[in-house]
Amino acid sequence: MQLVDQAKVKSRMQTRLKQNKVLKGVFFGTTIFALVVLVILLYRILTQGIGYLDLQFFQNFASRFPEKAGIKAAFFGSLWLMAVIAPVSLIIGVGTAIYLEEYAKKNRFTTFIQINISNLAGVPSIVFGLLGLTVFVRMLEMGRSVLAGGLTMSLLILPIIVVAAQEAVRSVPKELREASYAMGATKWQTIKKVVLPAAIPGILTGGILALSRAIGETAPLLMIGALTFVAYLPENLLSGFTVMPIQIFNWTSRPQTEFHDVAAAGIIVLLAMLLIMNSIAVLIRNKFSKRL
Amino acid sequence: MKTIMDEKKVVKAPRPEEKKKEVNTVYSIENFNLWYGKDQALKDIKFDIPEKQVTAIIGPSGCGKSTFIKALNRMVEMVPIVRMSGDINYRGKNIFENKYKVEDLRTKVGMVFQKPNPFPKSIYENVVYGPKIHGIKNKKILDEIVEKSLKGAALWEEVKDRLNENAYGLSGGQQQRLCIARCLAIEPDVILMDEPTSALDPISTLKVEELVQELKKEFSIIIVTHNMQQAARISDKTAFFLNGEVVEYSDTNQLFSNPSDKRTEDYITGRFG
Amino acid sequence: MQGSIRQMIKDKKEKQQSRSKIVEKIVPGILLICAIISVLTTLGIVFTLIVETITFFSQVSVIEYFTSKDWYPFFESDPDYGIWPLISGTLLITGIAMLVAVPFGLGAAIYLSEYATDRVRRIIKPILEVLAGIPTIVYGFFALTFVTPVLQNVIPSLPVFNALSPGIVVGIMIIPMIASLSEDAMSSVPNAIREGALGLGATRFEVAVKVVLPAALSGIIASVVLAISRAIGETMIVTVAGGATPKLTLDVTESIQTMTSYIVQVSLGDAGFGTTIYYSIYAVGMTLFLFTLIMNLVAQYISRRFREEY
Ligand SMILES: Nc1ncnc2c1ncn2[C@@H]1O[C@H](COP(=O)(O)OP(=O)(O)OP(=O)(O)O)[C@@H](O)[C@H]1O
Ligand SMILES: [Mg+2]
Repeated sequence: MQLVDQAKVKSRMQTRLKQNKVLKGVFFGTTIFALVVLVILLYRILTQGIGYLDLQFFQNFASRFPEKAGIKAAFFGSLWLMAVIAPVSLIIGVGTAIYLEEYAKKNRFTTFIQINISNLAGVPSIVFGLLGLTVFVRMLEMGRSVLAGGLTMSLLILPIIVVAAQEAVRSVPKELREASYAMGATKWQTIKKVVLPAAIPGILTGGILALSRAIGETAPLLMIGALTFVAYLPENLLSGFTVMPIQIFNWTSRPQTEFHDVAAAGIIVLLAMLLIMNSIAVLIRNKFSKRL
Repeated sequence: MKTIMDEKKVVKAPRPEEKKKEVNTVYSIENFNLWYGKDQALKDIKFDIPEKQVTAIIGPSGCGKSTFIKALNRMVEMVPIVRMSGDINYRGKNIFENKYKVEDLRTKVGMVFQKPNPFPKSIYENVVYGPKIHGIKNKKILDEIVEKSLKGAALWEEVKDRLNENAYGLSGGQQQRLCIARCLAIEPDVILMDEPTSALDPISTLKVEELVQELKKEFSIIIVTHNMQQAARISDKTAFFLNGEVVEYSDTNQLFSNPSDKRTEDYITGRFG
Repeated sequence: MQGSIRQMIKDKKEKQQSRSKIVEKIVPGILLICAIISVLTTLGIVFTLIVETITFFSQVSVIEYFTSKDWYPFFESDPDYGIWPLISGTLLITGIAMLVAVPFGLGAAIYLSEYATDRVRRIIKPILEVLAGIPTIVYGFFALTFVTPVLQNVIPSLPVFNALSPGIVVGIMIIPMIASLSEDAMSSVPNAIREGALGLGATRFEVAVKVVLPAALSGIIASVVLAISRAIGETMIVTVAGGATPKLTLDVTESIQTMTSYIVQVSLGDAGFGTTIYYSIYAVGMTLFLFTLIMNLVAQYISRRFREEY
């Protein structure tokens, strides 16, 4: 009658339970690994860079002497770049999202645009650099300018913004749209006055995260020829420029280890800026997720 | 209820030619059919809706009440698979005619939905939404409109000190009355209500019902309700829908006290399957 | 006042009508143009790469590009343009990265989806997000100034520039990607299946490996393929720590060059517009683009099939 040998099951149970426990530990270990690396990375950078992080560091331009090297040009270059990227990518990205969510018919062309956007998100950033170099720097003759860099980076983060904005627009309850239409509002009035205001928190959150991605990018800007040794601030959109990641790259590639410490100081500034931007994004998300 | 019936002479059958002499018609529906894809949701609807009265639409779930009321302001067209035939005439004009702009229709025909759906804006901004999109920008006029509309929706006393607070802070019943106020702000001619009290508690429901009684002095009201007592309490005319058809349409009193169709009787006596 | 608002609206309507009509017509057009910009971007990338690559191949033979085993573009007298050393460098980095990222990423995904409590998940996931948000130049710096010296303690002969260190760091960079995409795939396995197995007396580990992993396999594979694509396209880490010596080798301790770091090397140098070297970055870029495109399409194909399962 006894089909299952209970004793055998019991003894196997012991090993199985032990196995489960051990492997739980292993999986936890793999999870913690990433965390440990993050801690080491941050610790190293802080201890290396903190010594160079003083007021002078923000006031000085690039220099051949580590103790005189500063991040002023790169810091303001990054701000200039943001000033180009933010409006360009937000306008095009949100426009695309609204088109796809509110106006586009469900046809082949729409599917094509959608697939195209998700593929664009997978193109290596350096390839965008090649595009920027050919189209903006050479064909449109913008030169190695803030404008060329900003437009290139706008295209790079466009897919991220479109996807975030689409999600935000999609999550606006249809009841709100109905209420507006039922008052005799036109489609555009409804989008402008109801859909967009309700979607703004999501759009901003996604937009800031995308922007912080752009601020940390190096490769495409190297391609379009952002300079690595700049001793002035950009004056207009057609000025040459450098940005923080490129300045950090430049310091990192120098053989003198003192410059590595300067690079670490630059990284602290860059990470602090990203931290601030991300915190703002999280704040916006938390503040508005209560409503709606 | 009685007094209203007395004043207006009880009319037996909804013969349009006869009725026009007594009260004006806002809507006259002629042989109207509607399909969702292949499924027919409304079949050969044909009746007239009077001005400045409350017309109730009753019937079991899924019989096409919402579909019908949404056809009256063409909101139903937002469902892409909808097809329609026949005419709906509003004030003598076919609303499906090419040159009839939906925006114009909806400016004159307001709608209140089942679930309160205020915008996530201030109470004030909710009310002035309609006037603003229709081009009224003068702050003084807008202030007047807000007060008048909120008074009209019996909400003024409760919110006059917090007009700039977010509408989501209001209770469900208050939100629904705010939606009514929002609707009143553009002074529509007709107000469509799709089960406006089904998401509300009894006290809020009572308030909205009283409000409807008040509003019909100035507006023609068409109200969908699941609740037959409610239909009997507040409406002058009642249409009983079943499987997309109008089984019976007559004065509310008559429909409830002396239904002419067996199916109506079954439904109002709760004997319905 | 009754009727006055109505009248006001009517008056305004007449004035507004023509303007709002135009707006309603123009706006969709403008939005469509926005949407088309993303298509133009793709077309721009493809055309740029194709046109400049053709120019390149008018100066260098296609056969040499695909058969030569040497990549010495800077030899002025007799340059060699054989792509294989760059491809092997790229794949070497990618291979090392995957050896790091797949076990750690999958392990983390299994832990998060099968073992972790909600509270733990709420702590760990943002940390992974932080890791994913760190700029690659920072990882590059970390590889060169920390990982390489540590490795040199273990392998004293390890040169400053080598494949191993950036490979490992690219792997670390990719862990969050595999972890979060795989976790998504595993969490979307219906709980009923899990409970069924647990009810039969299976341990959590057995459920994870014998039930959840197979059910989520295509999603997991898709995440790994996407990660490979990311690793192939990664630029700054290998540029900073991998060196600039194109070499057809599988020795992880040697200095190598990837497709991406070659492109950066040229753009940093003084190769003028119109030189063969200038055009070569487009040919390399085209090769890189095709690699990543194929990976992305494969991942999409797999995950689309996966989505149909539930
Ligand atoms: N968007 C839609 N697409 C397809 N069919 C629909 C849609 N909306 C409603 N229907 C169908 O049309 C019929 C009528 O639906 P309708 O919502 O008008 O019923 P109702 O009388 O309002 O019901 P309830 O009392 O539950 O609100 C139903 O059979 C329903 O399934
Ligand atoms: Mg309904």
